[in-house]
Amino acid sequence: MKQLLDLKKDFPILNEKVNGKPLVYLDNSATSQKPQEVINSITEYYTKYNSNVHRAVHTLGEKATLKYEEAHEKVANFINASKEEVIFTRNTTESINLLAHSLQISKSDNIVITDMEHHSNLIPWQQICKKTGAELRFIPIDKEGKLNLKQIPIDNNTKVVSVVHISNVLGIINPVKELAKLAHQYGALFIVDAAQSVPHIKVDVKDLDADFMAFSGHKMLAPTGIGVLYGKKRLLQKLPPFLTGGGMISNVTKDASKWADIPNKFEAGTPNVSGAIALGVAVDYLQNIGMDEINKNVKELVSYLMKRLLELNNISIYGPENGDRTALVSFNLLNIHPHDVAEILDKEGIAIRAGHMCAKPLMDILGVNAVCRASPYFYNTKEDIDHLIESLKKVQEVFK
Amino acid sequence: MIDLYQEELLEHYKSPKNSGILENPTVKFHDTNPLCGDEVTVTAKIKNKFVKNLKFESRGCAISVASASKLSEQIKGKSVEEVLKLDNKFVLDLIVVPISAMRLKCALLSLKAIQKAIIQSEDK
Repeated sequence: MKQLLDLKKDFPILNEKVNGKPLVYLDNSATSQKPQEVINSITEYYTKYNSNVHRAVHTLGEKATLKYEEAHEKVANFINASKEEVIFTRNTTESINLLAHSLQISKSDNIVITDMEHHSNLIPWQQICKKTGAELRFIPIDKEGKLNLKQIPIDNNTKVVSVVHISNVLGIINPVKELAKLAHQYGALFIVDAAQSVPHIKVDVKDLDADFMAFSGHKMLAPTGIGVLYGKKRLLQKLPPFLTGGGMISNVTKDASKWADIPNKFEAGTPNVSGAIALGVAVDYLQNIGMDEINKNVKELVSYLMKRLLELNNISIYGPENGDRTALVSFNLLNIHPHDVAEILDKEGIAIRAGHMCAKPLMDILGVNAVCRASPYFYNTKEDIDHLIESLKKVQEVFK
Repeated sequence: MIDLYQEELLEHYKSPKNSGILENPTVKFHDTNPLCGDEVTVTAKIKNKFVKNLKFESRGCAISVASASKLSEQIKGKSVEEVLKLDNKFVLDLIVVPISAMRLKCALLSLKAIQKAIIQSEDK
C-alpha cells in the first residue's frame, strides 16, 4: 500500500514502542506530535540565546526578541493576517477567555454559540453571561450532527457569534464564512474557534472575515503552552487588555497606566519565548509540505478510516458518514465503554482518545457519556488505520 | 494482552451485583468521574449504623461497573464506621488485576460515592 506522505521519520516519537508494540498515534486532535526541527529549536533557544524579550539591550536579548517577533510574523503570514494582529497566548482556551473578559458584555446582550462547542468556547461565555446577565444562545444541530442553519437564534442584541470551525467530536467543517456574513448583518462580532482547523486546512482570516480567531500551537506540531489569538487591528486597538502587568504598558504612574501598542498590550508578563519560536518553526514545516497537501492527505486517511470502521458490526459513528468533514472520527462499540476500548488498544500500542472530549453538552445531545475518537494527522498511514481496525475486532472479541 | 479484562471482572461488568436504585433509601449520592464521564448513583439503607442494603447504579466502563459490583457485596452488612475506613487498597485488592494510574478514578468511584453518601447523611 502506498504511503501518502512518508514523513514519520521526521517525528522521533513515532519510533517509540508502547507496551512493547510500535506506537500508532491516532490522538492528534488532542495534541499532535513534534518534528525534530521543532524540538531542536527549543534546545537551540535554551542552549544558545536564552534571554528575556523586549527589554535587554545585550546580544542575547536582541536575538531572542527578533526571533520572538519573527514568530508573530510567520504565524501572521500563515493565516493571512498582519504581524500586530497576532497575539500569543497559552492556548485556545486562554484566547477565548481574553475575549470573553475584554469584550465588555452587558446585560442586554446575547451571545450565540453552537451545540457542538468544545468547553473552551462554551464555559468562558457561560460564565461571563452569569456575571453580566447576558443571554447565552445555541445554534442547534440536526440529526446528522450538522448545524441547523434555519434555526440561528441571532437578533439585533447579539453581541458575539462564536463558532467552532471543525468540531472536535463530529469532525464536521462548519460554514464559518456564511456565519460571519450573517453575524455582521446583525452588527455582531464573529469569532472562530479554529483549534481543529488551522492544523488541517488553509485558514485565511481575511477570506473568512473573522473578527477574532483562536487556536493552539500544540495541535499543529508546536509545543504546549503557546496559542494564538488573531484579531482585526482596529478591534484589538479598541479592546481593553485582559491581563495587566509587565511588558504591556507604554507609561505608568502611581495612579494610572497607558497601554502599549498591539500585540504587546495583550501579552502581559514574560511570554513563552521558546514556545513562540518553536511555533514559528512548526509553521515553516507545515508550509514546506503545503496546507493543501496536508488537507488532501488527512481527508484521504479519514475517509479510509470511516470506510474501515463501517465494516465493523455493532458500531455507532457520530456525525455524517460523508461530506464536509475531516480530522477525526468518533464512534462507540456497542456495550463496550470507550475507556475499555482505549485501554485494550493501548496494549496494542495504539493511542486513541476516549471520554467526553470536553464537549459535555454535545455528549448529552448525542445521548452518550463518552465516545472513542481516532484522529490521524498527515504522518499517519493506512497501515496505522488497518492496525486500529484489527485491534478493534480484538476488543469486540474480548467483550463478546 | 488483556489481563485487565479477565473473565471474572467481565462477569461483574456484564451482570453487576446489587445494581439499580433502592426504594426509600436512607442515603443517596450521585457522583461522576469528569475525566471519562463515568457516573454512579448509590442508594443505601442504613439502620443502627449498619449498611443493611445498598445498590449502585453505574453508567461507565468495565472497571467502574465491576468495582461497584464487587464492592457492594463487601459493604452489605458492614458498619458505617467500617465502610468509612475502607481505603483505596481495599478496592484495588478486590479488583485483583493491576490498575493504571489513569484508571484509578474509575475503580474508586463507587467507594467514594458510598462514603460521601454516609458523610452527607451524618452531616444533616
